[in-house]
Amino acid sequence: MIDFEDLHKSFDGVDVIKGLNLRIDKGELLALIGRSGQGKSVLLKQAAGLIKPDRGRVLVDGQEIGHIKGKALARLRSRLGFLFQGGALFDSMSIFDNVAFPLREKSGLSEEEIGKRVVDELKLIGLSGSEEKYPSQLSGGMIKRAALARELILGPEIMFFDEPTTGLDPIIGNAILKLIDDIHKRFHFTGIIVTHEIPKVFEIVDKVAMLHEGTLLAKGSPEEIIASEDPIVQQFIKGDLDGPISVC
Amino acid sequence: MTFPFLDAIRTLGASAFFFLRRLGLLGLFLAKAVLYCFLPPLKFRLILKRIHFIGLQSMLLIILTGAFTGMVLGLQGYYTLSRFGSGAYLGSMVALSLVKEMGPVISGLMVTGRAGSAIAAEIGIMRISDQIDAIELMGLQPFRYLVVPNLIAAIISMPLLTAVFDVVGIFGGYLVGVKLLGTAVGTYFGEMRAVMNMDHIMEGILKSLSFGVIISWISCYKGYYTGTWGWGAEGVSKATTQAVVLSAVLILMWDYFMTSILF
Repeated sequence: MIDFEDLHKSFDGVDVIKGLNLRIDKGELLALIGRSGQGKSVLLKQAAGLIKPDRGRVLVDGQEIGHIKGKALARLRSRLGFLFQGGALFDSMSIFDNVAFPLREKSGLSEEEIGKRVVDELKLIGLSGSEEKYPSQLSGGMIKRAALARELILGPEIMFFDEPTTGLDPIIGNAILKLIDDIHKRFHFTGIIVTHEIPKVFEIVDKVAMLHEGTLLAKGSPEEIIASEDPIVQQFIKGDLDGPISVC
Repeated sequence: MTFPFLDAIRTLGASAFFFLRRLGLLGLFLAKAVLYCFLPPLKFRLILKRIHFIGLQSMLLIILTGAFTGMVLGLQGYYTLSRFGSGAYLGSMVALSLVKEMGPVISGLMVTGRAGSAIAAEIGIMRISDQIDAIELMGLQPFRYLVVPNLIAAIISMPLLTAVFDVVGIFGGYLVGVKLLGTAVGTYFGEMRAVMNMDHIMEGILKSLSFGVIISWISCYKGYYTGTWGWGAEGVSKATTQAVVLSAVLILMWDYFMTSILF
C-alpha cells in the first residue's frame, strides 16, 4: 500500500534520510519509532506528498506521490488523513465548522446532512457538546480529538499520525491511543504512527519500524522488536542511558 | 590552493541565482492567484469577509488620514499659492494632488499597514501551525481560500477607499482653505471643476486598483512562504515586516512608473 524506495532527503546539507526502504501493507498499522531528529515526521510528510525526496520514491497504492499533480494528486489526497502534532485545526472556525469543512468542500451533502454527520462524528470521538467552541478554548487532548474527527469524516483509507500523544498527560495520551486503536479496528485504514509512546503503542500496532541515522534499523511485529538482540533497539525501547546510542 | 577571487564570484553568482529564484517565485505566485480568480468555484462568502476586513474596517483610518492630508494641503497650498498671487487655484491644487497622487498612494500605504500586515501574519500563522498543509491534504487548493479572496477583496476595496480618501481630503482642504483662511467657496470648487477631468479620476482609480493587487499579492506571498525565512514567531514577524516594507516600496515605485509612462 505504501512503499518507500531508496529514499534520500537532506536539509541545508545535513542528510536526514539516507537510502531508506520500507513497506506498509494494506490495512496495517505501523509505529515509526526512533530518536528525535531521525526524520520520522519528514517521512510522513513525504508519504503525504508535502515534502519531495531528493532521491528515491514514495509509492502510495502504486502511485508515485512526488510525481503526480493536479486532480490526480487531489484525488489521492482525498483518500488520506493526517493528524498533525498540533492538530492544525483552523483557529478562526468553531469545532463544528472545522469538522464540517471537508464535507462542505468535498461531499456535496446538504447542510442538514452535514450537521448530522458532524454531530455523530464528534460523539464517536467523545467531543459531544463542544461544537460551538473554538480551538483556543480546548485542551490539548480535545484538540487532537477534534482534529481526528475532521480527518476521519471523509473515511480515509490511509491515516498518518504525527506524534498524536505529544504534550498530553499519560491518561489523555492513553485515551488517544485507544481511540486510534478503536477507529483502526472499525475503519481498517492503513496507518503510520510516529510516536515516542513506548511500549504503550506496541499494544495497538501490527508492526514497528525503527529509524536510526537516516536508515531503517529494524522492522517487525511488536514482539519481534521487543525480543530484538540489536543493542541500539534495546537501548532505545528501554530508554537506557548506557549503550551504543550517545546521549550527548 | 584557494582563489579568493573565484570564491567571491561564486558567492555573487549564488546570491544572484537566489534573488532570481525568489523573483520567479513571486511572479508565479501572482500568476497562480490570477488564474484561480477565473477558475470556479469562487468562495463568495470568504470574499465578502475579506472586503469587510480590508475595506470597511479600514474606513475610519482612511477618513482620518484623508481629512488631515486635505487639511495640510489646504494650509500649505494657500500660503504657497498666495505668495505668487494664485490663491484662487487652491481648490484645483488640492483636488489634483489628492485624486492623481496622494489619495491612491496614502490609501495604499495605510491599507498596507493595517490590512497587509494582518494578512501576512494570519497566513503565516496558518503556515507554521500546519493549517495550510491540512487544506492541501484534504485535496483542496489553499489559494482558493487564502489568496484569491484577499486579491479580489483588495481590488474591490482599494478604489472605494481611495474615493473616500479623495472626497474627505477635498473637504479637509475646504475647511482650512475656505472656512479658516478665507478663500471664497465658489473659487475653491469652481476652479476645481474647471481643471479636473475624467482622465485624472481614471488615473487615480487605476493606481488604486494596482495598489490593491500589490498589497494582497505581497502580503499573501510573504505569509504563504513564512517557513522559507525561519519558523515560529520570528518567522511570522519577519514575514509581516517584509510584507509591509516591500508593499510600501513597490507602491511608491509603481506609482512613479505609472505616472511617468501611462499618464
